[in-house]
Amino acid sequence: MRKILNTISVLAGLKAWGRVVLVAVATLMAQSSVYALVEIDITQGNIEPLPIALPSFSAEGGDSKLSADMTSVIAADLKRSGLFKPLDPASFIQKNMSVNSTPRFGDWRQISAQALVTGTVTKQPDGRLRAEFRLWDVFASEQMLGQQFYTTPENWRRLAHIISDAIYERLTGEKGYFDTRIVFVDETGPKDKRVKRLAIMDQDGANVRYLTRGDDLVLTPRFSPSRQEITYMSYGGADPSVYLLNIETGQREIVGNFPGMTFAPRFSPDGQSVVMSLQQGSNANIFKMDLRSRRTTRLTNTAAIDTSPSYSPDSQKVVFESDRGGTQQLYVMNANGGNSQRISFGPGRYSTPVWSPRGDLIAFTKQHQGRFMIGVMRPDGKGERILTEGYHNEGPAWSPNGRVLVFFRDTPGANGGPQVWTVDLTGYNEQRVDTPAFASDPSWSPLIN
Amino acid sequence: MFERVKAVQGARWIIICFAVLFAAACAQTKPDGLSSNVKPGTGQDFVVNVGDRVFFEEDKSTLNSQGQATLANQAKWLSRYSQYTITVEGHADERGTRQYNIALGARRAQASRDYLVSQGVSASRIKTISYGKERPVAVCNDNSCWSQNRRTVTVLNNATN
Repeated sequence: MRKILNTISVLAGLKAWGRVVLVAVATLMAQSSVYALVEIDITQGNIEPLPIALPSFSAEGGDSKLSADMTSVIAADLKRSGLFKPLDPASFIQKNMSVNSTPRFGDWRQISAQALVTGTVTKQPDGRLRAEFRLWDVFASEQMLGQQFYTTPENWRRLAHIISDAIYERLTGEKGYFDTRIVFVDETGPKDKRVKRLAIMDQDGANVRYLTRGDDLVLTPRFSPSRQEITYMSYGGADPSVYLLNIETGQREIVGNFPGMTFAPRFSPDGQSVVMSLQQGSNANIFKMDLRSRRTTRLTNTAAIDTSPSYSPDSQKVVFESDRGGTQQLYVMNANGGNSQRISFGPGRYSTPVWSPRGDLIAFTKQHQGRFMIGVMRPDGKGERILTEGYHNEGPAWSPNGRVLVFFRDTPGANGGPQVWTVDLTGYNEQRVDTPAFASDPSWSPLIN
Repeated sequence: MFERVKAVQGARWIIICFAVLFAAACAQTKPDGLSSNVKPGTGQDFVVNVGDRVFFEEDKSTLNSQGQATLANQAKWLSRYSQYTITVEGHADERGTRQYNIALGARRAQASRDYLVSQGVSASRIKTISYGKERPVAVCNDNSCWSQNRRTVTVLNNATN
């Protein structure tokens, strides 16, 4: 009955991450029709999360703790997205599920599960892990998806995130964002003597690794869309400047040879150039540097503070903030400079704009009457929506699928400090990302797989 | 190294407090009001008797008359002690976004620098740097602290105490 199809796709493997190999799994029964019953429409404002059952993956002759841990990571991913409600395992009627048998759908309908995931994790004779899972449409009594993966044991969390992404994509029709990482600034020590280190973690807060030692003040790390590289600001040199850091090799280099302080860097969508501000006297203007030719281009030339540039995903435009009109507001210009148009007109000050990877929205920080908000607007400035507001929310960055924003929230006073939060586009699903200490300036990696 | 720097800064603050509290009555005070328990021409002399910082209004980089007076005194002192080069540090309070505050601190540093130059300090002796909102000196949650953080600090680069 069961046979493994010989279609094999190798996921874009990163050396330090090991390789995960995906193999499609044949269906146990007729593959579902195009019109599956279970689907999540994520175009609506407030979403009722989909009840999904995730019985602990079985461990055939293997490590049952590992398979239970993997199941927990998948359930946590799906729950945090706000689109799924993993059901309490205590309510499950059918126990000891095998990935190789068809579920008793009636048992799962009875506890109102709409989707069901079964799986198994086994250790291969060569030491690798093999994980196999199936996603079931409970009401249609059909398999929606079946996949099998091979990887090294230390990659188990990553494998769980890849399975979460597969489930998310099958049920929402959009790419997931779980097999990703977040680079951020770790903050320790008293408020007037903060030590800041670059750090990187999985999107769920696991596997924190420090990239700098805290000797130099470091700010605003941003992920490359195409390489295992970040650009950030450091006070380590003669002038505070923008740097590149390869997170695999640790190799570091300064970006350009500018006469003065450079800051607020961000990569272009192809990862081949960096846009940033250069401080010249009282003014900050926006420059671009091509990382291959080392050529620099001036994009703005005003007697004002022009900063926080961010490209549109088609590389045709740049959104940035400027106080050229008196207060911080958002402007969109051509990618080579010129034709600046102000797009923010609401009450308050707008800053740190960042263009969605889907192109449809620009996220920003907004200050009004002593409150700091995270919001989105369309690139023409219309349709402003505030997603979260409070004492101090700052610096949004997009998940690679353009559904979720990660930002930092600061708390007041001597003992206050920033923490990393996420909010999805509905504004209803706010989650804190657990970090070892205070943390700020988060930036999301592209999807790894 | 770090501990040593901290201790020096602490000592500096104690001296400032002492000077402020007892300036009028202190027996060691000279007729011109300057504290005599620090050696003239030292970093302490500069901090205690001249004042190393000036303050700014929210989101502003214009100098008020008090700031101008402090900078004029700094210029006078620097012309007497010409062995020093200086770094003017610009700072912002925490109630703004990070990147903008870096530029705002730079703007304030530039304003103080320009005033020092107008008072006769050679531009070649002055370097500027901005720390944005990254280096507050006061950490409470109201304007009494934020106003202390909106500042420029003139630092002697080759000072001995």
